[in-house]
Amino acid sequence: MDTFAEAATGRDALVSRLRALLPDGSVLDTDEAQRPYECDGLTLFRQLPLATVLPSTEAQLVSVIRLCREAGVPIVPRGAGTGLSGGATPHAHGVLLSTAKMSRILSIDPLARTARVQPGVRNLAISEAAAKHGLYYAPDPSSQIACSIGGNVAENSGGVHCLKYGLTVHNVLRVRAVTIDGEVVEFGSGALDSPGLDLLAVLVGSEGMLAVTTEVTVRLIPRPQLARCIMASFGDVGVAGDAVAKLIAAGIIPAGLEMMDQPATRMVEPFANAGYDLDAAAILLCEADGTPEEVDEEIARMSEVLRAAGATGLRVSASEAERLRFWAGRKNAFPAAGRVSPDYYCMDGTIPRRRLGEMLRAIQQMEVKYDMRCPNVFHAGDGNLHPLILFDANDPSSLARAEAFGADILELCVKLGGTVTGEHGVGIEKINQMCVQFPADEREQFFGVKRAFDPHGLLNPDKCIPTLHRCAEYGRLKVHGGALPHPELERF
Amino acid sequence: MATADRAEELVDQVRSAFGRARRLRIRGGGTKDWYGEPPADGSAETTLDTRIHTGIVEYDPSELVVTARCGTPLAELEAALAASGQMLACEAPHFGAQATVGGCIAAGLSGPRRATSGSVRDFVLGAKLINGRGQHLSFGGQVIKNVAGYDVSRLLAGSLGILGVITEVSLKVVPAPVAEATLRFDGVPEQVALERLNRWGGQPLPLSASAWSAGTLHLRLSGAAAAVDAARSALGGDRLDPVDAAAFWTALREQSAPFFAGDVPLWRLSLPSTTPPLTGLDTSAGAGAGLVEWGGALRWLRSDAPAALLREAARSAGGHATLFRRGQGKSGAHGMPAGCFAPLDPALLRIHQRLKAEFDPAGLFNHGRLYPGL
Repeated sequence: MDTFAEAATGRDALVSRLRALLPDGSVLDTDEAQRPYECDGLTLFRQLPLATVLPSTEAQLVSVIRLCREAGVPIVPRGAGTGLSGGATPHAHGVLLSTAKMSRILSIDPLARTARVQPGVRNLAISEAAAKHGLYYAPDPSSQIACSIGGNVAENSGGVHCLKYGLTVHNVLRVRAVTIDGEVVEFGSGALDSPGLDLLAVLVGSEGMLAVTTEVTVRLIPRPQLARCIMASFGDVGVAGDAVAKLIAAGIIPAGLEMMDQPATRMVEPFANAGYDLDAAAILLCEADGTPEEVDEEIARMSEVLRAAGATGLRVSASEAERLRFWAGRKNAFPAAGRVSPDYYCMDGTIPRRRLGEMLRAIQQMEVKYDMRCPNVFHAGDGNLHPLILFDANDPSSLARAEAFGADILELCVKLGGTVTGEHGVGIEKINQMCVQFPADEREQFFGVKRAFDPHGLLNPDKCIPTLHRCAEYGRLKVHGGALPHPELERF
Repeated sequence: MATADRAEELVDQVRSAFGRARRLRIRGGGTKDWYGEPPADGSAETTLDTRIHTGIVEYDPSELVVTARCGTPLAELEAALAASGQMLACEAPHFGAQATVGGCIAAGLSGPRRATSGSVRDFVLGAKLINGRGQHLSFGGQVIKNVAGYDVSRLLAGSLGILGVITEVSLKVVPAPVAEATLRFDGVPEQVALERLNRWGGQPLPLSASAWSAGTLHLRLSGAAAAVDAARSALGGDRLDPVDAAAFWTALREQSAPFFAGDVPLWRLSLPSTTPPLTGLDTSAGAGAGLVEWGGALRWLRSDAPAALLREAARSAGGHATLFRRGQGKSGAHGMPAGCFAPLDPALLRIHQRLKAEFDPAGLFNHGRLYPGL
């Protein structure tokens, strides 16, 4: 029997066994039906899985995992598919497991300030449901109208307010998840800690490689009475970067602290009408929240520091509508990039804040080197960069240059003492750069963590942590392509 | 302030122990020797003293990050932060002047500010670790957002040294609050205190700590001067003198307050904050044997009731009970002495066992301190 026929038979058998476990319409196996699942927000990589399953209950999800475990079939979990690093890119010989049908808010306890939700619930839906109690869920990734809490747990998602309010890992109390052995395990609890090792801390941000989330308990916090935002203009990006450090050094933790350079404001403005100062080389958005007294006090302190740091103009939002407009521009930076360019490639490195100016100058030089435009938006308070490399995927040379440009940025992030990904995850996109950030012993210890949860390597295989072999290949490629960047870095 | 990079000596000690299959007990200032399970056979262990590797490696206040070696005295680190108007927001207990940064992370214990600001693990950004093969590894980093690879550095917080020797840690720090006030409310029954704490927790108030014991509720407010003043007038109560207030919260954090004196076993119950008062668990000590912290989420009990009874009460409320200090009582009577930590369910225990085997295959480190066999 030839291998194609064998594979087809194996697939048909798998599909019919999956169909026996799930309600009608919950197992997709045609190319046409599976097309929406062939990629996540990282559209550069597309792959159809063997089958796509959409369980509606935890019991169905357990039965799918048990079947795959027994048959040795890889599983790729998927939330809303908004991830930007290919964490949910399907496996050619695997099952894509979507939690989209598990989308109920199970309970909200206003007194305990918690919400218990299924993994497919949208991030923003939690805050909307909690609003009547004066509460909300703090992490607010730009994709919050669409992204799911299960995906947020997998990626340890951040947002524009995490300097003050933390990341997903700081706002999740409990995750109920299914292991590759089909066992339901509770990580964390309704209390503030749990006995034993803090496995919840490892599970959050593990990119679906350790267990599949079926339920999440999040912490809700009181909505501030008031928020106001300063838009500060600067004549130089380096001066704007230094102003960020000065705000922090002054003991101020703004609720949000974002920076956009002029190419970014000019790209966004026609699209979002945010009212940005288009003559400024860079703008900072600095938000204060709390009681009206607190906000007044903080706006005054921030204004003073910003002026002393060389701001050429300050505008404080005069109304909630204006504040939301300031943020709408920032949150629409990615869609705006999609309007001005056939394609864009969003980077996600994080560096120590004091290196911001240096990084921006280096990116400007790379724009010349690769002959490509790269507007910059940042979570400046966190040192988390989102350079948007504009390119055309239909032009192979443009695509190759964009990828090389991105790799250069990420490797410079590591060199400056930072990381290749602040909040978007490694997935398949940044797997080569993991070779630059982590030596072989660290990567082997990561594999050890993976084996402790998933000894057979069936959950989202080949993502996040590169093998020794892959890193060796990457090293050769980089050497072959020209001078090795950052020769001082250890390589394996 | 002493500073010495002696990581290589620590690595050598681990490699030597690995070669001779000799167990190690990792120890800093020894201020938390009593915490966790006692060694089954102390003579079979060699002490690895982390204090030789000491000093603040990097601290730039504008980055809100400090990096320190494991043997750095916790008091020294806190003093350096205070000099720049910053602090560790988890307000970790020292339990003695010799407490070290490494011990603070390994024990993972947080203080009064925990419920509103976060735990030790919440502030860990990166760590270096000598694993059981004697490899010196680096995880995480010095930046606030970092999702490259699994978050091993946060896993180390509270690991009680069973995965390896934490040699260095990077912590997020925060500005010290501009204003602070402690309010005292007398004649408040526990049930009323719990209701108030949970209701206040849902309001935009600058709460930073709470403690209820024997009918008295203390509340600490920290933040912008305007916010603290506004909350003070909204909440009422009697304001403590600032010196007395500081002494009160320190005594609570360090467990030097009168409640913690005596020989009756001290139980730590970590529960959902809305759990009603637990009754019938403080069998010999009588009324007033409980102390509530963390807005209701942490309950201390002096009790020599059987461990099974306390553990079941905590479990059915959705939390867990730790035998924090054994005292001289016969906790876990009825034959077997109780373990310190609530037993894990089998699936979780298996993951613990496999993780231990991956980090420390020869079982060198702090054998049995967290759970038997780990």
